[in-house]
Amino acid sequence: MEKFTTLTSVAAPMMQSNVDTDIIVPMDRMVTADRDAMHTFAFEPWRFLPDGSENPEFILNQNTFRNAKILLTGKNFGCGSSREGAVWSIAGLGIRCLIGTSFGNIFYNNCFQNGILPIKLPPEVIEAFTVLANSGGNAAVFEVDLENGLITPSSGDPVTFDIEPNRRTQLLEGLDDVGVTLKRQGEIESFRESDQNNRPWIYV
Amino acid sequence: MSTPSTLYDKVWDQHVVSDLGDGVSLLHVDRNFIHDLSGTRALRALAEDGRNVRYPSQTFACPDHTVSTDPLSDHTGERYERCVDPLRELSAKEGVRFFDMGTPEFGIIHVIGPEMGLTLPGTLVLCGDSHTCTHGGLGALAWGIGVSEVAHVLATGTVLQKKARRLRVSFEGTVPEGVSAKDLILYLIGREGAASGDGYAVEYAGSAIREMGVEARMTLCNLSIEMGAKVGMIAPDETTIDYVHGREYAPTGDAWEAAVKHWQTLPGDDGAVFDKELVVDVASVVPQVTWGTSPEHVVGIDGHVPDPEDETDPDKRKSLEAAVAYTDLKPGTALDGVPIDRVFIGSCTNSRLSDLQAAANIVKGRKVAARVGAWVVPGSQAVKDAAEAEGLDTVFRDAGFEWREPGCSLCVGSNGETVAPGQRCVATSNRNFVGRQGKGSHTHLASPIMAAAAALDGCITDVRKMKG
Repeated sequence: MEKFTTLTSVAAPMMQSNVDTDIIVPMDRMVTADRDAMHTFAFEPWRFLPDGSENPEFILNQNTFRNAKILLTGKNFGCGSSREGAVWSIAGLGIRCLIGTSFGNIFYNNCFQNGILPIKLPPEVIEAFTVLANSGGNAAVFEVDLENGLITPSSGDPVTFDIEPNRRTQLLEGLDDVGVTLKRQGEIESFRESDQNNRPWIYV
Repeated sequence: MSTPSTLYDKVWDQHVVSDLGDGVSLLHVDRNFIHDLSGTRALRALAEDGRNVRYPSQTFACPDHTVSTDPLSDHTGERYERCVDPLRELSAKEGVRFFDMGTPEFGIIHVIGPEMGLTLPGTLVLCGDSHTCTHGGLGALAWGIGVSEVAHVLATGTVLQKKARRLRVSFEGTVPEGVSAKDLILYLIGREGAASGDGYAVEYAGSAIREMGVEARMTLCNLSIEMGAKVGMIAPDETTIDYVHGREYAPTGDAWEAAVKHWQTLPGDDGAVFDKELVVDVASVVPQVTWGTSPEHVVGIDGHVPDPEDETDPDKRKSLEAAVAYTDLKPGTALDGVPIDRVFIGSCTNSRLSDLQAAANIVKGRKVAARVGAWVVPGSQAVKDAAEAEGLDTVFRDAGFEWREPGCSLCVGSNGETVAPGQRCVATSNRNFVGRQGKGSHTHLASPIMAAAAALDGCITDVRKMKG
């Protein structure tokens, strides 16, 4: 997995609340598209007009934000299904960091599995960032520093953020969860051994 | 004397393989259900990494998302080639039990798990599907995970998880006639919001829950994720134990006795502390129906489409405006009387025998309105067989419903069964997101009896009028 250390980019504001995973990538694409092609369909219902052309109103179709690696998000971004394709599609667009007040719970976990950093901050900070992003130009550029837990707007004071320590390490080092857990194989086996005595009905 | 503990904490503690600090634990997974979308992708990812399923006897596969529910389907084509066939092949290769189409075990994962007695009180159940919280209805600790996490469970038999805060919702009082578990949970989501459960594991409690059957409890837990909570659970009681007894994978003999004894210790202790408590007075809840594009966009059947102008918060107003625009209903429109084109009775929320019985009770002797295409999609082969044994298929067919094969179907449209653009569907499923039932489709979530009544009247309607 790609490491995440620091990132400097324009931040695109997508402030609607409850942006669900069906918006981020529609279900039929989950059936027919390969992981590497998922970004083609990112935000499909909003990003394209019915004739298939780009919707000029959509934030990531606007020149300032087209190459944004940071998304400012509204409340409960990524709510809905567990589909990891929602994260793959965003990652495929080059987005590495999401900054919002809250995220869909399963989506939030899926971000860490794919080298994307989701940051939760209070509403007033998000509002201030949104004003900066909307002003465009250099003011819309932010630096995210995971090592030090800092977001620095190009025209503003740094803001600190918290990430669970193990998640932080996972991103900083680009760790593969499975590889790490497999080192605990002995503990897993001994748990199962005693569990088979305690709850034999589980082992069918 | 130890500190009083909640149901969630007890079940959590019984699965801790390793406490990794900062509230994060490596937990043992008792039941890993995999389906044709995330399951197939996870098995492939595992193979690409050169790994195998570590404990195949605890993983159970069933294709439900992409299978056709058309009784005439020959089950071939791209979806089967991409999703179903590889799931079958990879499961066989890894020694994972696979419940195939046409067998008595087949159905929607969240219906068949409990039905077969695979889901038991106090088990830790995972699936690459957000509605895994359904299994909490039996007192299981269950939540949905992404493909990478499914691959982790397959490779290690465990999951990494941070403990959630605890929220108790007490449903108190007697449920009024015409109101069901679906209405109670929709009401709660409408009152508290679609993000209100974020970071919490929810325990549903109260006198109304104790009166509820296990299938209704599963409906309630199913929608936990729609208020942002990954986990929703209900303490097991005599009702739960009776439900589990005699099921295919449920313990028998001495093991049964030991299991029951264990399950009786699971309910939260008196004095256990919750981080947040909510109470719902169920006597005041009326049948619910959604109007917009989030489950929180819900009102009583006597309600109206809200006017975004009344919202003072600019971001909320913008979201409301977008929802109202998508739904193609004017602000102030009464929900009662909105004409519809489709009705869908099915999904992991509301496709169990008791759901079909309740709907059939409304439908019996009546006819579906001429303009409406109405479907019943039983949740599993076992539900379908049991319903047919009672003659429910005849009740539905005589009224003009299509009686279909089990699967996820119109809830999510991933099998190609969709609602046409601009068409309006009353659905017993769980999500009314933009395009959820197909591009440009409009979804109104409701209970099975409300959906049945809508099919008959050709519009969203108050089922309580029909009963009189």
